[in-house]
Amino acid sequence: MVEYSKQVIDHFMSPRNVGEIKDADGIGEVGNPTCGDMMTFYIKVKDHKLEDIKFKTFGCGAAIAVSSMVSELAMGKTLDEALSITNKDVAQKLGGLPKNKMHCSNLGADALHKAIQDYKQKNEK
Amino acid sequence: MHHTIFFDNASSTRTDARVFEKMKPFFMQKYGNPSSLHDMGQEAKDAIEEARDRGAALLGVAAQEIYFTSCGTESNNFALWGLAKSLQDKGKHIISSSIEHISILNPLKELKKQGWDYTLLPVDSFGMVNPEDLAKEIRKDTVLISIMHANNEVGTIQNLKTLAKIASEKDITFHSDGIAAAGIIPMDLKDLGVDAYSISSQQMYGPKGAGAVYVQKGHRLKPYLLGGTQERGRRAGTENVPAIVGFGEAAKLAAEEMHIHAAHITGLRDAFIKGIMDQIKNVKLNGHPQKRLPGNVHISFEYIEGESILLLLNMEGIAAASGSSCASQALKNSQVLLSMGLTPTTAQGSILFSLGKFNTMQEVDRVLEVLPAIIDKLRKMSPLYKEE
Repeated sequence: MVEYSKQVIDHFMSPRNVGEIKDADGIGEVGNPTCGDMMTFYIKVKDHKLEDIKFKTFGCGAAIAVSSMVSELAMGKTLDEALSITNKDVAQKLGGLPKNKMHCSNLGADALHKAIQDYKQKNEK
Repeated sequence: MHHTIFFDNASSTRTDARVFEKMKPFFMQKYGNPSSLHDMGQEAKDAIEEARDRGAALLGVAAQEIYFTSCGTESNNFALWGLAKSLQDKGKHIISSSIEHISILNPLKELKKQGWDYTLLPVDSFGMVNPEDLAKEIRKDTVLISIMHANNEVGTIQNLKTLAKIASEKDITFHSDGIAAAGIIPMDLKDLGVDAYSISSQQMYGPKGAGAVYVQKGHRLKPYLLGGTQERGRRAGTENVPAIVGFGEAAKLAAEEMHIHAAHITGLRDAFIKGIMDQIKNVKLNGHPQKRLPGNVHISFEYIEGESILLLLNMEGIAAASGSSCASQALKNSQVLLSMGLTPTTAQGSILFSLGKFNTMQEVDRVLEVLPAIIDKLRKMSPLYKEE
């Protein structure tokens, strides 16, 4: 079925870190259901490190796999390290994504970065 | 790998074994070119003419009104271009509907670039064209109307006779895309009153590689494949003899057995719809509750996206579709569903299960066993879904 890599299928079938964090320190949302993909990331931060990450995603197989991979890559990392993860890195780690999925579905890093920005804004006040 | 449950009969069907048997000799024994004068050529020619008789009998028309093509898309292009170009001195306005297949919509766009104008009629929430809308949109320069018989996505069957009558009263040529309907539901094109009608072999348990168009005697049609005098000069090119022979056999079997299969498939369809409705919340059946194709089960699952449902079904060995397979690579929302008033989000979560004569109640039961868990798994991942 469609041209997904083994890694994409693995992360799609058994996504890591699905869910919500009730008392999240930061929340980031990208996309919208009209265009086909929407991702919400929740983070817990301790000593400038991502202590926990959870996500919820509406979208295709690629969108779910991307979300799962981002959460795995960023878990336990410092905020700066997490901010340096790019959408391209995520696609690479997944063994590549079909061309027509690169733009619409590959937004996981953006969603995570937004959650970190949200945390930073809240803590600057 | 276990046995695949094929619930995607709208995209293609399994060739009937009897059809395949009939085709076999035309590869290595009876491989003559039907245009050749020798006996092997005439043997192939006779086989094509027999297929033409059978296609004509299925549709209730005369054999000389049937033209063979290579597929459904070519049938639609052949009819639309051919009729439009032969009518251009009378006018350049075409009326069609917003739920047509892309093999109608894309030629229309191209014709527009070449100076034609077209109007797409809206549909109601069931996917039905309102005959009054058609009557209203007819202009002085309207020369051609093309409205599909049954929709390939949501299965809605139009009131074709009423629509064709409006056209004929104004002396406007009426074409219908019957690719999803032919061989599946009974029809008599003379009674329906259409001037032209497209059909395809692979939708009725025939092989891929053959389609046909009915063009009522007396209509002019400008060919676009130019060359020899095959198909009485309207479609040049050596005929795909094995596929046409198979198509003929499929048409014969459809004419004889359609009513038996329709009863079987409708039974499966209704049990499947009931099973889904009983077991899964927040679902919607799209299309017309009664006027729908026997095998069509088109469902929107709220809060989730179609491709992820298809992937998980595929992992269970179940083949289904999200919308038209011709459009599925484009990642665009179905124009058919949006025209029927579905929100883009609901349209995203829509799946077409299309049942055929080879499907069984055991297969329906098996899909009903795994589907609720698949929907539940994806909903639990979705930010749009709030558990009750």
